[in-house]
Amino acid sequence: MTSTPSSRDTVLASVRRALGVTSREAPRRQEVEARLASHPAGVIPARAQLPPAERLELFKAMALGAASSLDHLASAAEVPGAIAAYLSTRDLPLKLLRGADPRLAALPWSSAPQIDVWIGPSDGRQPVGLSHAFAGIAESGTLVLFSGADNPTTLNFLPDHHLVVLEAKDVVADYETAWARVRAQFPDGQLPRAINMITGPSRSADIEQTLLLGAHGPRSLHVLLVGAPS
Amino acid sequence: MTASSASDAASSRPPRVGLFVTCLVDTIRPSVGFAAVKLLEDAGCDVDVPRQTCCGQPAFNSGDRVTTRALAEKTIAAFESFDYVVAPSGSCAGMIKTHYPELFVGEPDWSGRVERFCAKVFELTSFLVDVLGVTRVEARYDGTVTYHDSCSGLRELQVKAQPRQLLASVEGLALTELADSDTCCGFGGTFCVKYPMVSDAIVGKKADNILASGADTLLAGDLGCLMNMAGKLQRQGRDVAVRHVAEVLAGMGDGPAIGAPAPAKKG
Amino acid sequence: MSVAITSPEFKQNATEALADPQLQAALAKAGPGFVGKRRDAIAKLPEFDALRDSVRDIKNHTLAHLDLYLERFEEKVREAGGQVHFAVDAAEAREIITGICQRLDARTVTKSKSMVSEEIGINDHLAAAGITPVETDLGEYIIQIRGESPSHIIAPAIHLNKDQVEADFRRVHTDLPADRDLVEPTALLAEARGELRQRFLAADVGLTGANVLVAETGAAVIVTNEGNADLTQTLPKAHIVLASIEKLVPTLEDAHQLLRVLARSASGQDMSVYTTFACGPRRALDPDGPGEFHVVLLDNGRSAMLGGTLKEMLRCIRCGACMNHCPVYQSVGGHAYGWVYPGPMGSVLTPAMIGIDKGANLPNASTFCGRCEEVCPVRIPLPKLLRHWRQQEFERHLTPAPQRYGLKLWAFLARNGWLYRPATRLAMRALSLFGRDKGRFASMPLAGGWTATRDFPAPEGDTFQAQWRARKAAGTTSRSPAP
Ligand code: SF4
Repeated sequence: MTSTPSSRDTVLASVRRALGVTSREAPRRQEVEARLASHPAGVIPARAQLPPAERLELFKAMALGAASSLDHLASAAEVPGAIAAYLSTRDLPLKLLRGADPRLAALPWSSAPQIDVWIGPSDGRQPVGLSHAFAGIAESGTLVLFSGADNPTTLNFLPDHHLVVLEAKDVVADYETAWARVRAQFPDGQLPRAINMITGPSRSADIEQTLLLGAHGPRSLHVLLVGAPS
Repeated sequence: MTASSASDAASSRPPRVGLFVTCLVDTIRPSVGFAAVKLLEDAGCDVDVPRQTCCGQPAFNSGDRVTTRALAEKTIAAFESFDYVVAPSGSCAGMIKTHYPELFVGEPDWSGRVERFCAKVFELTSFLVDVLGVTRVEARYDGTVTYHDSCSGLRELQVKAQPRQLLASVEGLALTELADSDTCCGFGGTFCVKYPMVSDAIVGKKADNILASGADTLLAGDLGCLMNMAGKLQRQGRDVAVRHVAEVLAGMGDGPAIGAPAPAKKG
Repeated sequence: MSVAITSPEFKQNATEALADPQLQAALAKAGPGFVGKRRDAIAKLPEFDALRDSVRDIKNHTLAHLDLYLERFEEKVREAGGQVHFAVDAAEAREIITGICQRLDARTVTKSKSMVSEEIGINDHLAAAGITPVETDLGEYIIQIRGESPSHIIAPAIHLNKDQVEADFRRVHTDLPADRDLVEPTALLAEARGELRQRFLAADVGLTGANVLVAETGAAVIVTNEGNADLTQTLPKAHIVLASIEKLVPTLEDAHQLLRVLARSASGQDMSVYTTFACGPRRALDPDGPGEFHVVLLDNGRSAMLGGTLKEMLRCIRCGACMNHCPVYQSVGGHAYGWVYPGPMGSVLTPAMIGIDKGANLPNASTFCGRCEEVCPVRIPLPKLLRHWRQQEFERHLTPAPQRYGLKLWAFLARNGWLYRPATRLAMRALSLFGRDKGRFASMPLAGGWTATRDFPAPEGDTFQAQWRARKAAGTTSRSPAP
């Protein structure tokens, strides 16, 4: 089902009538095209405009401030071991579900053979999910994740504990820098179905405005930050 | 002190100030008007009070543009010959300064005239501090006072530091800050008549904060708010004197407070 | 549930709200928190005011080109495999949504918080079609099981306390042990999570709102802290986005200008926990995500607002800051406003949607303190827009008669100073005479509303103007008041 042409036309005509325009004015169209083409950045806070090392520190501080937890690892080789340590210190089953993402597949899982690694989307029965982030945003300690064939979105939301691998070189200052990278990665403009920006574990303040962690999404969000900033 | 505006820099005569006394001061508490005159004269102004009625705010806020416009024209005509127009009220000064121009939009005959007029209009404490550069007053008031920032003065005219700065120079006076001093007292002009129960709930919270401040005197720069807060405190039987800030700054804080009995008549 | 209109009974609603100790306690508890959190968040962002200007300008630009951005958005959603449905009014939006659900044989529809869905009253309509709507935002879920409507646009259950929620959960979740411990709020949260988790997994259709629509990419940006909107849109067969036409911005960068002020103004967060850019249905190789993606674009009177004074209201990003800072809202809560949108933004919007004849109380129930405009992240001049409605009301002779006559009499006097001055002089001298001993009145004719709860000060005596003229005539200066 699509909208009846009449409703579409009625709304657009009503908008045009109120604006006193016809939609055929070339200058208006040019202005819109120019804005879409140039996508100006607007006001970007100075907060995260820092040299790489300080930017990374800001990311860590902001992520912790948003109630995420974080391990900073020297290399990807340390990830399986760090996950095993994370799970066992929290008395969680040594079992996780991840996407088929080649960056996750390439991790030396054999170094932590005690972890039972499954691949695929979540149906809500797995307590731990593992994803790989596209970027981290220092300004607010936010992770950027894409949906895709190898990256099920359900992993971000259904497991109680969400673990995310983020490479330090992918920590950028602000959202605008992240979008520039997204544009470079998808030059045809066709974005993934879902781009998820995640800033800490799930929470709600709906009962007496008291903030409680663990609403519908993960109760904990753990960042496995890998390597040094570029 | 110096009058620093361009129009006065040229001449050495004292600035001529028209006092816009406001309806409430005119009718309910003339002593505030005399306090304003004293402060202005002490600061070297030549003060006069042209015949006046109302700035038109009640009509404006009731949606009656025709009456508002008529009153605005009268006010402008009565006051535009002065160098400055000063009101002991952020609400009335704000009405003129920020809203008169809206009433004359698209009227070239008026807009320049209104703009020039509005540029000369000030709330009393802001005029003293921001325009005349007054930094202290000669006055004494023995008491602990707290200060309520009336909404229009605060948000339309940025009156906040000026009264506090002047109060700091009053001998014997200690200022204690009021929690939520920038929240509305619930007066709201016609609002307090149309929705008295909501207005009362709001002023009730204000009264709680005033009591919690521990001050013996409440000051503000708008008589409407002051009457509202005084009325509530008195109904509750509280022992807090309520006065317009001008009375204290002018050293005239020894008369009866708002809503207090007048002294027995002499002779 | 769809909201019955009780705005004409605002006074009655407000009186009841003021007399409700539980509601008053809830408001007293929640209000200051919002104010403080916002203040702290913006104190840490020196660019906040510059961002407000930026968002205002983006919104103004978008609104001025709304037809073109709507077309672009539609085109991009189609390219991504989604469908766009324009709805002229609430009825049409309800039909479109119900139609999609029926075609998919939907039995349950999960919903994430959407004020537009309240505006169109979708829940009752779905229920009437045999489809069960399930609110998944914790606050919305609570009020749904109570059969209430939201009392705040971002904190729908702000009028309730924990004990009420506990009682409701015990009443509704009868499958759980009766002796379970629900003392801690975390226990309530965990219980809701458990109940709703099953609903998420069983839902056939997910209905969300959108905080922003991005024309450039056809993305619907949906923001939550709970993650419920993500489960709502990811798990079912179809994701329906219901959004009003003014939610558009041109680009992804523009969206972030807006998001930077949204969370800070709403909850004092730098960024909400989940900000999701939903760009269509599941792709060919995706292992999860909705098979269908629909965007219902609702007009419902908004395009008409574009041409007039109320245009500025269309910048609203529904952050709730205006109500969090409103002395009237903080006194009476959201339900007193009598329709979907409460507080200052609701007092502007409601008359536009239900008619000024029914909504006239709302723009009048404001002290014009200006705090809403001061905090509004998109710089909407709310008092000016409320005044616009008062003017409409006055000009259409809808103002209640006593006020109208009172105003007329006063206006006549004020416009005729030769009458005004002697009249006020006479009145004040008389009042002063009566009130001088006490200094105030405990009751007064025509001011019963005031003097029911407050004293009214007695005038000092003669008017200032009369005293001034007397002194000038006598050649004395003005140094002290009359003895
Ligand atoms: S009017 Fe302004 S403050 Fe109120 S909800 Fe809308 S954007 Fe927020």
